[in-house]
Amino acid sequence: MSESHHPTGIKRWLYTTNHKDIGTLYLWFSFLMFLVGGVMALVIRAELFQPGLQLVEPNFFNQMTTMHGLIMVFGAVMPAFVGLANWMIPLMIGAPDMALPRLNNLSFWILPFAFFMLLSTLFMPGGAPNFGWTFYAPLSTTYAPPSVTYFIFAIHIMGASSILGSINIIATIMGMRAPGMGYMKMPLFVWTWFITAYLLIAVMPVLAGAVTMMLIDIHFGGSFFSAAGGGDPVLFQHIFWFFGHPEVYIMILPAFGVASAIIPTFARKPLFGYHSMVYATASIAFLSFIVWAHHMFTVGMPLVAEGFFMFSTMIIAVPTGVKIFNWVATMWRGSMTFETPMLFAVAFVILFTIGGFSGLMLAIAPADFQYHDTYFVVAHFHYVLVPGAIFGIMAAVYFWLPKWCGKMYDEMMGKVHFWLSFIGLNVTFFPMHFVGLAGMPRRIPDYALQFADFNMISSAGAFLFGFSQVFFLGIVLQTILYGKKARSEVWDNPHGLEWTLPSPPPYHSFTQPPQVTMAHASPR
Amino acid sequence: MHINLNTLLLYTGIMMSGAFIPASVAEELPRWQLNMPQGVTEISRDIYGLHMAVLWVCVVIGVIVFGAMFISMVLHHRSRNKEAATFHENFWVEVAWTTIPAIILIILFIPSMRTISQMYDTQAADIDILVTGFQWKWKYEYLGEDVKFFSNLSTPSGAIYGIENKNNHYLLDVDEPLVVPLHKKIRFLITANDVLHAWWVPAFAVKQDAIPGFINEAWARIEEPGTYRGQCAELCGKDHGFMPIVVKAVSDDEYRSWLAERKRQTAQERTLMAQQFSLEQLVERGEKVYQSQCMVCHNANGKGIPGAFPSLVGTAISTGLMNDHIDIVVNGRAGTTMQAFGSQLSPLDLAAVITYERNAWGNNMGDMVQAIDIARFINDAKQ
Repeated sequence: MSESHHPTGIKRWLYTTNHKDIGTLYLWFSFLMFLVGGVMALVIRAELFQPGLQLVEPNFFNQMTTMHGLIMVFGAVMPAFVGLANWMIPLMIGAPDMALPRLNNLSFWILPFAFFMLLSTLFMPGGAPNFGWTFYAPLSTTYAPPSVTYFIFAIHIMGASSILGSINIIATIMGMRAPGMGYMKMPLFVWTWFITAYLLIAVMPVLAGAVTMMLIDIHFGGSFFSAAGGGDPVLFQHIFWFFGHPEVYIMILPAFGVASAIIPTFARKPLFGYHSMVYATASIAFLSFIVWAHHMFTVGMPLVAEGFFMFSTMIIAVPTGVKIFNWVATMWRGSMTFETPMLFAVAFVILFTIGGFSGLMLAIAPADFQYHDTYFVVAHFHYVLVPGAIFGIMAAVYFWLPKWCGKMYDEMMGKVHFWLSFIGLNVTFFPMHFVGLAGMPRRIPDYALQFADFNMISSAGAFLFGFSQVFFLGIVLQTILYGKKARSEVWDNPHGLEWTLPSPPPYHSFTQPPQVTMAHASPR
Repeated sequence: MHINLNTLLLYTGIMMSGAFIPASVAEELPRWQLNMPQGVTEISRDIYGLHMAVLWVCVVIGVIVFGAMFISMVLHHRSRNKEAATFHENFWVEVAWTTIPAIILIILFIPSMRTISQMYDTQAADIDILVTGFQWKWKYEYLGEDVKFFSNLSTPSGAIYGIENKNNHYLLDVDEPLVVPLHKKIRFLITANDVLHAWWVPAFAVKQDAIPGFINEAWARIEEPGTYRGQCAELCGKDHGFMPIVVKAVSDDEYRSWLAERKRQTAQERTLMAQQFSLEQLVERGEKVYQSQCMVCHNANGKGIPGAFPSLVGTAISTGLMNDHIDIVVNGRAGTTMQAFGSQLSPLDLAAVITYERNAWGNNMGDMVQAIDIARFINDAKQ
């Protein structure tokens, strides 16, 4: 097969149907969005550095919190995981490419338009969406700025992209595994993405439905979310969180898969409890559909509903606990070293567990009456998303970057990046638990004086974390341009089909189906 | 150590932006507060107890899990343990760490369910207060008592923009607090006029979403006298951070005399309504009304915020027909943030603010409207 049967220059990227090229596009796009969303976070933290209004007006502050959330969720985390899936799933299951390459091109190339449209709302009269990333009606309908229509269209395009991407991932996993790669032999990253793809197909249409109902309320005289016309604002929240709760697992399950690939490699020991990992992931996915109203304990639901959603939410702690115990048991009596991917993976386990603890606290409905809509919630979801999803992505980048570009990153620089990020994020987000418990509501541009000290610390941490991601960009560029040549295996005795190919892998990954032996399949 | 760090950070803050927290005031604040307050109701203490119980469960599990990880990271480092073990499954270990957490969760679930049931028991209340969220203020109505009023943020904007000092209750002060008696079961009926809000007073552990078109219930029996402060807890637009809640809990006697005084004021306002006022009197009163009700959107200079809130300077409404001006203020404008103030302000205040708007910022209309005209306008609309 010809090695370079593709156009060059800009056409290579516009017309590409190659899983690696598209994976690369997704990853760079998500990194760009990560920086854009990060700058917005720094605007928020700069305003909150001390009490009083100094830098921005409240309306613009609300635009920043809204856009930060939307861009980080839909622009940074989700495309990064799709990028990893594109790169790694064919390599891990022994396929030449994704099952539906043209669809793959389409699902990436509609994304930049969606985000261009979303970001352009910042320059429209009345400003960008300012109703929070959860866009509760009627603030997002009757009371929204005119740009909400562009926001709705952008959400539709992002949803279409996610659905197309998920169809492709499912088709690839079901149809293109190498002979001998049975379902219960697939690497956990493939398993977690398989389940995630089903979650996406199930809930993205629900989100599309929610924004379409908003569109009807705004432009076509509908009253889905207006009591005056016989509707109900709470209906919006039920629909949104029926999407929104599986969505948070969409953002974390692939990271579970990454940790399950990295920890055994650096512990030099097989993953503990492969089967229970698969079943735990599937149970979490199932439970994610029946817990949505725990985001709504204070909307005035019936007592029975409070009890049901409290119990189902608490039960999620069981399969999540199983996964954490399995990772610890994988480390136990291993022969560990702590290269950068392992540092990120271990920090992922520890800090995600802290986010899980606050999640369990939030599940206790009566206590949630105090926690709800405070900085305690902000601390909670940033602990599961930053050291959870984002650290999972960074661990994956350090782990597989040498495979992707055939060059080794600088280990020392990687460790510096890790420690700066680790310290930065804890300084940023840990104090938020305290101000939240002490009574600081979320989404406010200014606060009472007793919250001043911890907010100042949080802001300082945020700038450290933000700076360290620019450093990360430098490390990646340096690796691509000047890195030392990497071996095929890259690490000591790694596990899986991707390491049997040269670094970087050939353009059409596996042109011949590989022979899957016990050395390549999980558990070894 | 704490104080040094404190002072250091404080000075850094002062140097960086020139804004100012006076040191003497800052000293009295409950700074560096780490935990949830216990509150002053039985429910709030129960919730505090649940919060601490689940927190300790998490701490114990955390010590075990992280302890095992750290021991492993030290002992099972390649420098100490050259050869890794090969085990990768153990049925009974898996069963144990699935069932034990499940049992702990059920143990936590039972008392939580008991507390939430008590919170939902809003029967047999002694006093009913209707709480309505508006963009961006609260309205309190003592049902059956003919007492209702709005409660607005009273922190001056100079303090917010760093021109004046910030006092201890910065952003947590209102012009008129809610006054309630001790040891009585007070039922809050909570709703909203425009978007979602949430009425939250941490000391009572009452947080309930205020939803337009629906009424939620919550209750509190306060055990200690004092002033309790809270804030809106649901994003409700631009000034979400600027609609605090202040509740004064007083003895039953004090409450009764406050209620009597409040009723007398209401009666007095009614007699004022029949009187005729001069242009100067109306403008003077109207300026105050404008500052508490209209300024948040239309700005102190009447020019609003381009693209979001329209200007009142020399525009078709404020310098046009009097009836159109009355109509938009009384009935609002559907589909926009312009509220119907007819149900929020007294006819006198409506007359005053309309007259003010027609005669301020160079809108020299020279005309005025009396309370009685407004009352007639509202009555005509009803027929």
